[in-house]
Amino acid sequence: MKSKEFTTTNVYWESFRTFFKIGMFTLGGGYAMIPIIEEEVVNKHQWVKKDELLDLIAIAQSCPGVFAINISIFIGYKLNKVRGAVVTALGTALPSFLIILAIAMFFHQFEDNRVIAAMFKGIRPAVVALIAVPTFNLGRQAQLSRFTIWIPIASALLIWLLGVSPIWIIITAGLGGYVWGMLASPSPSKGGDDLIDNSKKSMQ
Amino acid sequence: MTTARRACNEQMIYLYLFITFFEIGLFGFGGGYGMLSLIQHETVEHWHWMSASEFTDIVAISQMTPGPIGINSATYCGYTAVKNAGYPMPMAILGSLTSTFALVLPSLILMVLISRMFMKYMHTRTVESVFQGLRPAVVGLLAAATLLLCTPDNFSTPHENPWQFFISCFLFVSAFFGVKVMKINPIRMMMYCALAGLLLFY
Repeated sequence: MKSKEFTTTNVYWESFRTFFKIGMFTLGGGYAMIPIIEEEVVNKHQWVKKDELLDLIAIAQSCPGVFAINISIFIGYKLNKVRGAVVTALGTALPSFLIILAIAMFFHQFEDNRVIAAMFKGIRPAVVALIAVPTFNLGRQAQLSRFTIWIPIASALLIWLLGVSPIWIIITAGLGGYVWGMLASPSPSKGGDDLIDNSKKSMQ
Repeated sequence: MTTARRACNEQMIYLYLFITFFEIGLFGFGGGYGMLSLIQHETVEHWHWMSASEFTDIVAISQMTPGPIGINSATYCGYTAVKNAGYPMPMAILGSLTSTFALVLPSLILMVLISRMFMKYMHTRTVESVFQGLRPAVVGLLAAATLLLCTPDNFSTPHENPWQFFISCFLFVSAFFGVKVMKINPIRMMMYCALAGLLLFY
């Protein structure tokens, strides 16, 4: 364990500072942070090795929640267990929180300003487009086929037209994937979960 | 917003904010944008804490400021929800604290549990097949968020204000192609559209 080489308070402070910086200086959210996280966590502080970080990134991406927070919790936990995780999560969230709070407190005063109002009239359609773009990018990443293309279409229509909560869609889709996985490839051994990739992982 | 709903909101708004954003943190798959569809559904469609255009403005500001878009929009939504319910600023700050904390809490619990005992299961076929089902659904969530934000609030209507409607559609299409095809930085694209808005709508 690397953390034993440092004095404990030092690591708390260092990890807080590092993730505060990561939260503070990354524009454009989650994935833009990856190179900065790698630079800080792997190269500068050597809290984890590079391939370990890549593995953590893959898991943090597939888990629910904010990606940057997830990855900071993984690193924090590695350093100082639950307390370390709280410290790094706080470090990542705090800059966002403070900056947005400052903007929110002052934006309400400018809302009725004609210049600001006109600018936001132009920005709103662009924001809708900015949400449309990752729809297509994610669609390509999900490698939709003729047999799966109905899933996003049906989910979108259920939410849009019938007002179904996206949470139900998520739960149904997760369960559906699980059941489909069971039916498509029934595992011969009932006891342990077949650790397909795990053997590959332990080789590293 | 109906008065009945507002009255019930006022009593319990912090509890509802907490539950709502905890759920969003727990089920928010697919990164910041995937989470947006949940936030939009809960705060605009379900609780009527804000209008579609207020939400769109929050997304715009969350995108333009540093930090993860999920944290930014949760903080802002918490603030706006309490503010819109008619409370003074300190109460609104407490609202943003509640929503941000509630959003991070499920991550904290889940990631610690994974670190502690489930790390080795993350690569099993069972978990893999769950994600296999989730991935296409998240695409649908994003599509729904896009469709739900195509409102008269954001685009106006050909009937009400044909000039704004036409320009809005034009800005939508150009922003889409600008970011998707020409790979223009999203923040820069929003700045261009803000400039266009200033010139055309002022």
